[in-house]
Amino acid sequence: MISLSQLLFAYLATAITGLALLAVNARNPVHSVLLVLAMFFHMAGLYLTLNAEFLAAVQIIVYAGAILVLYLFVVFLVNLKEEIRVKRFVVSQHYAILLAIGLCVLLVSNMDSFALGISGPWTIEAIQQTTHIKALGRELFTTYLLPFEITGLILLVAVIGGLVLAREDKATTKGNSDDENAETKGVHQ
Amino acid sequence: MAEINFTKLLVHLVVLVDVVLLHVAYATYFERKVIGHMQMRMGPTRVGPMGLLQPIADGIKLFFKEDIIPAAADRPLFYAAPIICLVAMLSCLAVLPFDPNHVLADLNIGLIFIFAMSSLASYGVVLAGWASNSKYSFLGGMRSMSQVISYEIAMGLSLVGVMMMTGSLNLGQIVAAQAASPFGIYAIPQFIGFFVFVVSMLAETNRVPFDLPEAETELVAGYCTEYSGIRFSLFFMAEYIGMIVMASIGTICFLGGWNGPFTVPYVPFFWFLLKIYAIMFFFFWVRATLPRYRYDQLMDLGWKFLIPLALANILLTGLMKTVLE
Repeated sequence: MISLSQLLFAYLATAITGLALLAVNARNPVHSVLLVLAMFFHMAGLYLTLNAEFLAAVQIIVYAGAILVLYLFVVFLVNLKEEIRVKRFVVSQHYAILLAIGLCVLLVSNMDSFALGISGPWTIEAIQQTTHIKALGRELFTTYLLPFEITGLILLVAVIGGLVLAREDKATTKGNSDDENAETKGVHQ
Repeated sequence: MAEINFTKLLVHLVVLVDVVLLHVAYATYFERKVIGHMQMRMGPTRVGPMGLLQPIADGIKLFFKEDIIPAAADRPLFYAAPIICLVAMLSCLAVLPFDPNHVLADLNIGLIFIFAMSSLASYGVVLAGWASNSKYSFLGGMRSMSQVISYEIAMGLSLVGVMMMTGSLNLGQIVAAQAASPFGIYAIPQFIGFFVFVVSMLAETNRVPFDLPEAETELVAGYCTEYSGIRFSLFFMAEYIGMIVMASIGTICFLGGWNGPFTVPYVPFFWFLLKIYAIMFFFFWVRATLPRYRYDQLMDLGWKFLIPLALANILLTGLMKTVLE
């Protein structure tokens, strides 16, 4: 007997795979971005089935609301009129198919070695009682404080690096910025 | 999960959407009257007594107008964009508690859910701009997108103070905690957060003085230039529902929600509605009063003034909390 949650998982998993494939195959980059957006929503749904409501919301806010929007900006600004054709990585398509099938067989044959991780103090009931956000916050700022701080530092480095790169770019293009350049910059700001 | 009463839910849903759409229709009437009187005009007077049937007439007109689609438009996206906008805004309504007993979905992450949905609505706008294949639409869409993502940060940070004082993201619990706080409303202890929220509320809904995405003197009508008839009215509805949602968040997080100086019998949502109407009036008042910002001024205000201010507010709230405890 298949339960409702199993059915839901089957739908979400199929949708995620299908949408990801469609996104890779779409001709129009804007359509690809939209398909990825739909995929993110299904992933958020998957988190919801795992009782991780906060993660689901953050998945949408961060990935759909911020990162994908930046992708959309890049797609717009680059303005790809024609598809870029790159040289094939492998000589023949048959090799690629063979390789993919081999990888698939390898993964499936190792399915047995997947084991559930050790369950910690946070059971589903405990999380529901303290609410997911509180549980997550408490763990992040006590047990995993050091990894959390390191992640923060790495992100800070990325931000500073981005700023440095952007400033250098401005100094070099200052002399020869024509009308079109100014236009795109105005939008980009 | 199984004991959800679906009929009750459905009735609740239909009533909620109908009431809100009626509010949207009469918000336009309210707006035209308010701005009319502020500019020593009458506003609509012809259709019905005091022009009261004007929104209905407008609705019928928009519904039966020809739906024109530009030849070079990207059709699927052109069709989808207004629907994305409207659906995102309508789904925000589900988590809003209008009174202690009326909330469609009592989520623990209510506040964050609204952020997620309002960030989705900006997709509708930017896709409308792109799919229309017109430079005015495109520029309007881009402006709206960058404006919304910039001010979303300020708005999110301005509400962190409220979250810290409540210790919850559940909108009902925020109202309950507010009633128990010494001032009764968070607008007084969180005055910096409230200020940042109000400014970014105007920017998030693309209203004057931040209506650059639709600046008619520069961009015709921004992202909805190429839209007509019912599709245009979908955008219009989404914008006004967005205003109602923002007014509701302001009411819930800063103005005490459904609680008032005294309880009104039989109408538990009386104070909630009154506060929403007050904030809507503020929207129109600002529109009648202030000139439009320049684009770089808008970005400077958001990134260099509001975000640091909101961060300072979080720090202050944290300090106050540790000192008081």
